[in-house]
Amino acid sequence: MFRRQGDRYVATFAVDEVRVLRKVASEVVGLLTDGFDHSDPVVGRLFPEVYPDDPRSTAEFRRYTEGDLKTAKIDQAGAILAALPGETGGEVRLDAEAAEAWLRALNDARLAMGVRLEIKDGTDLGEELDEAVAEDPTSSRVFQLSVYAYLGYLQESLLNALIDEA
Amino acid sequence: MGGMAAPQVAPVETPDTEEVPASDRPWVTIVWDDPVNLMTYVTWVFQKLFGYSREKAEKLMLDVHHKGRAVVSSGARERMEHDASQLHAYGLWATVDRS
Repeated sequence: MFRRQGDRYVATFAVDEVRVLRKVASEVVGLLTDGFDHSDPVVGRLFPEVYPDDPRSTAEFRRYTEGDLKTAKIDQAGAILAALPGETGGEVRLDAEAAEAWLRALNDARLAMGVRLEIKDGTDLGEELDEAVAEDPTSSRVFQLSVYAYLGYLQESLLNALIDEA
Repeated sequence: MGGMAAPQVAPVETPDTEEVPASDRPWVTIVWDDPVNLMTYVTWVFQKLFGYSREKAEKLMLDVHHKGRAVVSSGARERMEHDASQLHAYGLWATVDRS
């Protein structure tokens, strides 16, 4: 979890955490490059229709903004990949700019997972996890739910460290 | 709103909004509730992007959370599209509409 040290935001990650973060950040990059498809609900959530009742204006808006938005999202996921330590785990130290890129990238990763996991308003993550474990503790859903919860804690710790500045 | 007695003065002529051409009415940026974004994150984004005070940003965040949506900025259409694309960069679910 992140904490503030002077003008840096610092966290120490175990090797498993590094692997998970590399995986989710790479998945976001994949989604925005080779896998880019507007009919994918995850892409729909990351690139919302700006005029829900007006497809023509939405298409026009996308023509002007989507390239930049895609680049920004790829860059912020790239900021996670660039800062992660090697396969041994270790410390990550971010300046303010990198910290904000991480914050946005962690949010994108959570949005993507939230769509796939069908997270709704009022979803109790603990209950979901208990149910999934009871069904099959080795299932991918158990793993995905744990990662989703972990990313939420991580994002919150980074946000608190950033807000602390005031 | 309501409950206030009408002041006993001659009515002042007010512009009828129906007569303002639709193209001259300002536009708004709307942020919609979603089940993933952290409340503290949404507040932080409103402060960051719009320079709103903590109080104003928090109130808007709570409106989004409780009412399902909130108008976060208003003005010319191009400005609202700019705001919406910035909000999308932060992962908020934003749309543009006429006010």
